[in-house]
Amino acid sequence: MLTARALAAFRGGRLVFRDIDFDLAAGGALLLSGPNGSGKSTLLRILAGLAPAETGQLLWDSTDALADPISHARRLAFVGHTDAVKPGLTVSENLLFAAHAVPGSTGKGAKRTGRDAAIADALDAVGLGALADLPARYLSAGQRRRLALARLALRRDAPLWLLDEPTLGLDVASVARLGALLQAHREAGGLVIAATHLPLPLAGAGELRLQ
Amino acid sequence: MSGFAALVGRELRLSLRQLADTLAAVLFFFVAGTLFPLAIGPAPEVLGRMAPGIVWVCALLAALLPLERLFGADFDDGSLDQLLLSGLPASAVAAGKALAHWLVTGVPLLAASVPLGLMLRMPEPAFGALVAGLLPGTALLSLLGTAASAVVLGARRGAVLLPVLVLPLSVPVLIFGAAAADAASVGLSARPNLLLLTAYLAAALPLCPLAAGAALRGAAA
Repeated sequence: MLTARALAAFRGGRLVFRDIDFDLAAGGALLLSGPNGSGKSTLLRILAGLAPAETGQLLWDSTDALADPISHARRLAFVGHTDAVKPGLTVSENLLFAAHAVPGSTGKGAKRTGRDAAIADALDAVGLGALADLPARYLSAGQRRRLALARLALRRDAPLWLLDEPTLGLDVASVARLGALLQAHREAGGLVIAATHLPLPLAGAGELRLQ
Repeated sequence: MSGFAALVGRELRLSLRQLADTLAAVLFFFVAGTLFPLAIGPAPEVLGRMAPGIVWVCALLAALLPLERLFGADFDDGSLDQLLLSGLPASAVAAGKALAHWLVTGVPLLAASVPLGLMLRMPEPAFGALVAGLLPGTALLSLLGTAASAVVLGARRGAVLLPVLVLPLSVPVLIFGAAAADAASVGLSARPNLLLLTAYLAAALPLCPLAAGAALRGAAA
């Protein structure tokens, strides 16, 4: 489904990587590893269409994925190394904007309760259901990370999940919950690409080592 | 369209939670306006003559205040990536930000301009032209400010660059806006100045979000 051909990137005038090639089929997973500064986050941002690749191609079902960044954005969910959590909003309000993309969740009345149910469901998936009404400024670093990961549970329709150090600061139980979320996503035919230094619960994932 | 509405809703919700930041612009507007009588004396004929200009300069400076954090906060905490990946074009993200800035800064300034004008003994006939000018004027300031704050995003000393970029672009707004109120206060028609202001708005409405969207894409890369 997703194919990278000879991707290369410069950052600050320095070549961070070149000749990145991989193929991912439906249900596949890829771990990006390598020392600090080897370009894992840069590669994820290129795959998300946020940063341009210097050379090379990214293909989705054999068509150029980055030709239309908006439709590419619609088929992916991205969890960066920052949590994108607003301290002034409550835990569930932090997910409101991400939830507008959930199918059948716009508008008022019945559809609105559909959106709220999707948010509650996403919070339960990362074990934050009990904290839904707490202002996010009271969350610990690990809980903020889980709130960022809850966006994935809202975007189960997005086939491509891009994760940058998803388990940073997570406890053992939360890593297991993330593992279950990723497993379910892959069983439904989704792709997972994660940059990480820590072992991730991704059975049978390929590994791409950046130098 | 639902994405755009969700974005504007998110921005309004955020400003409501940071009410102190939101009200800071209006408070600054009042405080700056009240400094003028203290500095130039309370003589009604002098103050009244200067009132439209004072209100406009204060509105311009007050609208600058929240611009630095307009994209800065989202850029720092990673929310900007989420906005750019939300399925909206970058220019629509910028347009949503501009609309939200206008609703939480421009509209309160519009409302506050009347009491400030009264305090400065602005001639009665000028009030209509002042508000009619501030309506497109504050919208223009939001659009120009959004474009400029997207351009300086990620730059060092962005806070210093921002007024340097916005103020020259705002000069026509200030000239036509203040001239409209001035003309009305001496019994002339404010219409030509208001039409020029609206023409500027018609050009900025499509161009500023496009420029801001391109700048946002560049900053995220």
